[in-house]
Amino acid sequence: MKRYDLVIIGAGPAGLAASIEAAKRGAKVLIVDENDLPGGQLFKQIHKFFGSHEHGAGVRGFRLAAQFVEEAKALGVEFMLSAKAWGSFTEGRITVTRDNQTTVVVGKRVLVASGANENAFAFENWNMTGVMTAGAVQTFINIHRVLPAKRVLMLGSGNVGLIVSYQLMQAGAEIAGIVEAAPKIGGYFVHAAKLRRFGVPFYMQHTIVRAEGEDDRLQRVVLAAVDERFKPIDGTEFSVEADAVCLAVGMTPSVEFARTLGCKLNFVGTLGGAIPVHDHNMRTSNPLVYIAGDVSGIEEASTAIEEGRIAGCAIAGDLGLIGREEADAEVAAGWHRLEQIRMGYHGLRIRNAKEELMKQLEVAR
Amino acid sequence: MIDKHPILGDRLVGEKLTITFDGKELEVEAGQTVAAALLNAGYSQFRYTAKEHKKRGIFCGIGRCTDCMMIIDGKPNTRSCITRVHDGMRVETQDGVGKWEE
Repeated sequence: MKRYDLVIIGAGPAGLAASIEAAKRGAKVLIVDENDLPGGQLFKQIHKFFGSHEHGAGVRGFRLAAQFVEEAKALGVEFMLSAKAWGSFTEGRITVTRDNQTTVVVGKRVLVASGANENAFAFENWNMTGVMTAGAVQTFINIHRVLPAKRVLMLGSGNVGLIVSYQLMQAGAEIAGIVEAAPKIGGYFVHAAKLRRFGVPFYMQHTIVRAEGEDDRLQRVVLAAVDERFKPIDGTEFSVEADAVCLAVGMTPSVEFARTLGCKLNFVGTLGGAIPVHDHNMRTSNPLVYIAGDVSGIEEASTAIEEGRIAGCAIAGDLGLIGREEADAEVAAGWHRLEQIRMGYHGLRIRNAKEELMKQLEVAR
Repeated sequence: MIDKHPILGDRLVGEKLTITFDGKELEVEAGQTVAAALLNAGYSQFRYTAKEHKKRGIFCGIGRCTDCMMIIDGKPNTRSCITRVHDGMRVETQDGVGKWEE
């Protein structure tokens, strides 16, 4: 049974950033991840990040991932890959299965950085082959370098829908259109403008009512206009040829493992679902367990990195590797950087939702 | 395959391997996942659902949703999207929950 100061579940941006901060301050760190390569979903993000220089702005996600992995390894962070963390029967002991062998690793503290799942969206025949998530398509084109379809209809005009549409074009696919139930485009103007310049149609205030095709294979998509309550309006149906529909309709935090560790959850719609209640140190209702990244609320890689940094510093303080004052100062600096990312109307909503969630911690404890 | 890419550059080409898909030989590349290799060869339907016997394929692509499960080297319910190919691998379409080899 191997013992660590910190065991991290998930080798994405949050887990990697936390591992670096904790290891820099002398912690012995293990990262467990189900995939055979560290980096989480960063490797498929080939666009440049926004924000300021300290948030990695201007750097493409896949380069950032490579830098993080290299830095963590240089600091002695250990990786346990192709490994599923699935249980904890005694405090701090994590049960991990790899190659059909189950072992137990022990961490004085545990950080859950388990990310999120993409949401599904139901319409008639939504389960035909060819209907897939935007993230799936992004994985195939940018990591596996295979085009899963030639002509794609995107559902959802948030940043994921816009960015993946553009990346599909870079990979050689045609975009049949972007379907959005709301009257306004959800994502950033700059991403939408790139698509408009290529003449990609935006079907605003429309939804998908049905998929059609032979042999369970998608060939056509029937759209309809929606009313102000997002209900399809009779008589407005028309069809669009496409061999794939991409669903870019949001994500839900993957809280299963946090729940296994006894973390109390609270539903916060703005943050994407049930979230482990936590404080400013990213510590949950279980005092030995911390969270960071999308599991603490759906945002972006840049915020996941900052939350990971905060958790890594807080854990170092909690373990006595650095003084309490130093840890508090690092955490405060992390929150300042987060506030610089959480700007504008959407950022304010996230900040308010987070503050509300943090107030629940006293109740949960 | 997307060999040339404006951001990612030229694709690294893996060593050629042979797998079988429902008995047919298929040339694939080392490092590919089963799902990527099959999609590249033009196959997108990987299993039949248990109740309605409908064909299913890729949905999430990262090992979360289990929609792409196949029988791989005799082991049913293997997620083809996160399983990498090896030379001589046997890949089969799964019917329902699949059967373990005797």
